[in-house]
Amino acid sequence: MNRFLLPLAGFALLLAVLLVGLVRAPEKSILPSPLIGKPAPQFTLPNLFDNTQPVSSAALKGHWSLVNVWGTWCVECRAEHEVLLQIKQEARVPIIGIDWKDQNEDALTWLEQLGNPYERVGTDRDGRVAIDWGVYGAPESFLISPAGTVVYKHIGAMTSQVWQSEFLPRVAAGPGA
Amino acid sequence: MRAPALLCAALACAALAAGGAALAVDTTPPLPTPALQQRYYQLTHELRCMQCQSEALADSSVGLAADLRVQVRELLLAGDSDDQIRDHMVARYGEFILFRPRMIWRNAWLWAAPTVLMLVGGLVGWRILRARARLVDSEEAGSAGEPLEP
Repeated sequence: MNRFLLPLAGFALLLAVLLVGLVRAPEKSILPSPLIGKPAPQFTLPNLFDNTQPVSSAALKGHWSLVNVWGTWCVECRAEHEVLLQIKQEARVPIIGIDWKDQNEDALTWLEQLGNPYERVGTDRDGRVAIDWGVYGAPESFLISPAGTVVYKHIGAMTSQVWQSEFLPRVAAGPGA
Repeated sequence: MRAPALLCAALACAALAAGGAALAVDTTPPLPTPALQQRYYQLTHELRCMQCQSEALADSSVGLAADLRVQVRELLLAGDSDDQIRDHMVARYGEFILFRPRMIWRNAWLWAAPTVLMLVGGLVGWRILRARARLVDSEEAGSAGEPLEP
């Protein structure tokens, strides 16, 4: 019996490792953000609606914020738009939009036609700010604490399920770090 | 060579020659010095395109790759060292942006795992072989005249 124990244990361990990998497989291409727990990257971007009032990361302090990176060219952004409008309705967490690699005219038309969930929209024409935020595909949404720390990142379209299970509990947990 | 083989060889050569006409993906203007250009080449081949995750920055045609190549170029022109540029990218995208994980403690397991597994496998194999050898010896001893235990 003894000589079976070691290989069996080895096999059980291997099985456990493979099962974990299998279960987590869909997440494999979704990468953890190195920004979690760090201060939100600073930026100053032109304001989509008012070119005399730039949109700055300084506005992220003092309250919870949702920073949403989007573009009119992005299909998933269209899919999440209704959810963002609902979040705006809730009026708990303002949404700051970063319009990534887009045209102002397209963005303005889009928001006019579909509704504007954003408190402010900064236009990131050359993609520099997106790189600072580690964005590699739209849409991506970041939860920023009142202290200006990145608390959570969601890659892909926002859904009410994700909003309720990942974002709201963190907001409810309080300012913290 | 026989005719069909010769024809295949000719077609293969033609196909290879046509491949040389592929358009360059990286349209960033070259850097002012050969040294900088060489470093640019090196870095854009070491860094992963985060959207097409099996391609290097140098080879990917997506917008994000072009933006990241521009950043690499600017950091080189600003005088950053290769390590600083790697750190810059890792700070934003994590270790995954490097094709070759860096030799730091966090990655030690990644580097050590294949060797460790080989050693474990080798040890187990060795023990099995030893046990087999002992079994063969005892069988030989048994067949030398004494009846084996049932």
